[in-house]
Amino acid sequence: MKSRIILFFLAILVWLGLTWPPDWQHISIGILVAIFVAFMTGDMFTKRPHLFRHPKRYFWLLYYLPIFIWECIKANFDVAYRVGHPDLPINPGIVKVKTSLKSDTGLTFLANSITLTPGTLSVDVDQEEGFLYVHWLNVKDKDIEKATKLIIGRFEPILKRIFE
Amino acid sequence: MIEIIGYIFIAVGLMFDFFGCLGLVRLPDVYNRLQASTKCVTLGTCSILFGLFLFKGFTASGIKALLCIVFLILTAPVSAHAIARGAHISGVKLWDKSVCDKYEEDKKEM
Amino acid sequence: MNRRLRWLAGLLIIIALFVGIIFYPPASMLEWQSISLMRFFFILSLCCVFCLYRIMRGPTPADRVVSIDILGILIVGFCAVLGISTGRPWYIDIGIAWALQSFIATIALAKYLEGKGFEE
Repeated sequence: MKSRIILFFLAILVWLGLTWPPDWQHISIGILVAIFVAFMTGDMFTKRPHLFRHPKRYFWLLYYLPIFIWECIKANFDVAYRVGHPDLPINPGIVKVKTSLKSDTGLTFLANSITLTPGTLSVDVDQEEGFLYVHWLNVKDKDIEKATKLIIGRFEPILKRIFE
Repeated sequence: MIEIIGYIFIAVGLMFDFFGCLGLVRLPDVYNRLQASTKCVTLGTCSILFGLFLFKGFTASGIKALLCIVFLILTAPVSAHAIARGAHISGVKLWDKSVCDKYEEDKKEM
Repeated sequence: MNRRLRWLAGLLIIIALFVGIIFYPPASMLEWQSISLMRFFFILSLCCVFCLYRIMRGPTPADRVVSIDILGILIVGFCAVLGISTGRPWYIDIGIAWALQSFIATIALAKYLEGKGFEE
């Protein structure tokens, strides 16, 4: 039930953004549609709704966003350098990375962050044992622990505080 | 003044789009192409949309541009991940000069 | 050293191409905005031509799926530039709808690549 209420408020927020100068016709239609959507698919949205009540997690999310955007910009300059270079200085390979995150949302955000940061692309997830297979544009180390430290060392502690 | 900043954002985004598509032509195999094009084209298009937000301010189309940035950042890496997994399962080999392929070894053991 | 010089020369050529496309022939200050937006379309069309080349030549089906995904994101950029140049607010609606639609299409194509059904 709590999960449905959270989904209802998120849907109202997105609907307000889509029809921005608010008037009462749009808002009433939006409330009807949001009730329908929350009733149909609400129990799939989150399994642990009590996590939404901790204000600490929102602050860690605010701390995470600038780091993520900075890594994105660095990744773009890195790729532009490698593509524009006449010799193509790449050294690709698929390495294995161990993670201690367990929840679905945390793993999804970790995989998205890996894909948008310099030179890495997540290929597959093994959820039972916590392994991620990562395609790396410039392999520096094949060993599991060193690769883990190089690739996800910056994100994992913060994501653990947000989603676990 | 704010329009000139918007133009700068759009020009930078177009430059990243161009480099991403150049990578799509130059790099040697599917996974490398996926890396270059997904990163560069996603952030380039987000930069163009942010330029549109700077032009319009908090009007209807400006807020829709911000929503579109959120959608793109959430969906583009997921589709790249799906394509990479599908390509590896359908049997596309890595480039000849690749260093290692741990995923292939683990798939054989299973 | 020689390599580094070649790389610098290539970068300078690409930047000169961009500046040339945007600023040449010089327009007066009044019509500069509309003309430069028209030139932005030229660069985006160039990117689309690269994607179409990869669709035509791609050795495996996965290459073609990647190009289709990238074309879908580029069209969102087209919609944004059109929304600025014509001043009509509904082009960005088309952009949002196109982004979600192309995401679903790419997931379906990736499932087709895996060679399984949709049940899983």
